Amino acid sequence: MSASLPSGPRPRRLTPGRIGLYAFLLTAAVFFLLPLWIMLITSLKPMEEIRLGNILALPMAPTLEAWGKAWSSACTGLDCNGISVGFWNSVRILVPSVILSIALGAVNGYALSFWRVKGANVLFGVLLIGAFIPYQVFLYPLVRIFSQMGIYNSLTCIVLVHVIFGLPTMTLLFRNYYAGIPIELFKAARIDGGGFWTIFLRVMLPMSVPMLVVATILQVTGIWNDFIFGLTFAGRENLPMTVQLNNIVHSTQGERAYNVDMAATMLAALVPLVVYFVSGRWFVRGIAAGAVKG
Amino acid sequence: MATVTVRAAATGAAAPAARPRIGRGLPAALALVPTALIVLVVYVGCMLWTVRLSFTSSTLLPKFDFVGLAQYERLIVNDRFVVSAQNTVIFGVLFIAGCLVLGFLLAVFIDQRVRGEGAFRTVFLFPYSMSFVVTGVAWQWFLNPGLGLEKLVRDMGFSNFTFDWLVNQEMAIYTLVIAGIWHGAGLTMAILLAGLRGVDEDLWKAARVDGVPPWRYYLSIVLPLLRPMVVTATVLLAISVVKLYDLVVAMTGGGPGIATEVPAKFVMDHLFERNNIALGTAAATLMLVTVVIIIAPWIYARYVRSKGRR
Repeated sequence: MSASLPSGPRPRRLTPGRIGLYAFLLTAAVFFLLPLWIMLITSLKPMEEIRLGNILALPMAPTLEAWGKAWSSACTGLDCNGISVGFWNSVRILVPSVILSIALGAVNGYALSFWRVKGANVLFGVLLIGAFIPYQVFLYPLVRIFSQMGIYNSLTCIVLVHVIFGLPTMTLLFRNYYAGIPIELFKAARIDGGGFWTIFLRVMLPMSVPMLVVATILQVTGIWNDFIFGLTFAGRENLPMTVQLNNIVHSTQGERAYNVDMAATMLAALVPLVVYFVSGRWFVRGIAAGAVKG
Repeated sequence: MATVTVRAAATGAAAPAARPRIGRGLPAALALVPTALIVLVVYVGCMLWTVRLSFTSSTLLPKFDFVGLAQYERLIVNDRFVVSAQNTVIFGVLFIAGCLVLGFLLAVFIDQRVRGEGAFRTVFLFPYSMSFVVTGVAWQWFLNPGLGLEKLVRDMGFSNFTFDWLVNQEMAIYTLVIAGIWHGAGLTMAILLAGLRGVDEDLWKAARVDGVPPWRYYLSIVLPLLRPMVVTATVLLAISVVKLYDLVVAMTGGGPGIATEVPAKFVMDHLFERNNIALGTAAATLMLVTVVIIIAPWIYARYVRSKGRR
């Protein structure tokens, strides 16, 4: 990736300062890991142990019962089919949204960095500013538009919304990437008679693998973690996992089953966590680029 | 490379911007049509529509009358909105300060050629990969007075220990700050660390020769050099403050009472539950104005003033 060597002072031997440094880093690590640890062990305990025992202690007899319940029989309101419903909804939302938003972003980025189109700069400028605007500003009119089109509260609707609001980041990502590709390459392809789509599909896209990876990471975590769009546009039948998790945790009647709640939470966090730990540094590039979205 | 990527991308600074684009042709224009439509209809159209609605007396259904600033006058005396606005300020100041301070410390400490650098980075950043809903639910469980942290400390022998912030009207907003910092400090660290890696190592050598202690070196020499990254991080954090919604819904639901209401939630509730479209859109318009106030100087500084240097 880069020759990013630490620039700080070279360490001497194990001085008190050095010990303090590690103490600070380890304390910070504990702060960041603690909630994850508590979620995990709580999900493995039966309720009696949670009520009596120590929240940090390892379960005496680890059981996956809560995970099973969370997956297939936890209740959201009147339905008791577990968070698996939300999981599959999220998958059904995720796949088309990710593919479409990346495809559109890549084409945009390519068109904006190699082709001269009237008004393209204004378009890009407005798009970039749009990335900063709170979603609440767009939601109500969008609901009206989708109702008029007759697709409100459907899978199509939520996918469209993800494509629309993924557009600024995806376009920016690919535009910056293509801006780094030598223009001579494009000229050569033009001289060979390549048209808009030929050059895109045959020359640019094969060179875009790193950006495609970054964009995929970004969109998969972003769309999986979305709450507000799923809540507003997906409709009852297609509620994503985050919304279902919130419903499970906050609508159970009677005593809360914390172990089931935590198992459901872990399940909802699993996809982004796996993406994060598998992708490592690619993720950092992705979020840094996508941070525009906030 | 990483530095460039992070900077260019995180700031939204278009990389080599003014390169001559040479292709001409209809297909390129056609390819941009869907985006142009989206920009026109959604980003511009819906925004104007929302602003327009805020000047009407719409309730359940949109009306197109004109009542001037009546909705805004109602907003500023609405308890819930006032609390929401105050919460944005409290949360915003503490969250941004917390993320910057913790992020800077983590970045500097990690930059000391520590063992296991990769592991530390991974641990500090992983919360950012998780959703605010997960974050909220996890912290709600950890901080709940009955079985969480309070019970833990009491069981350790401090039987008078009380930590009821989550259910305490005065303190609940601070639990959101804690969860927010947990979620966002890693991102700040990543941005600042990328900046630190770009600082010339000779600077430290020179400073050491002059007998400058490390803390002074970082505070007086490095920090000013990191200004662009600090500004970028601040803007990103500030925008997430204005957008704050999921975390509140998952962790406190706006409660206890209305103690942790936030503007984004105010808008959502009024648009979709309380059927008060005009009041909701008025609040949304104020959110828009806030964001414009935050980003306008930044965009000016980045794109307009610094054009010559690029």
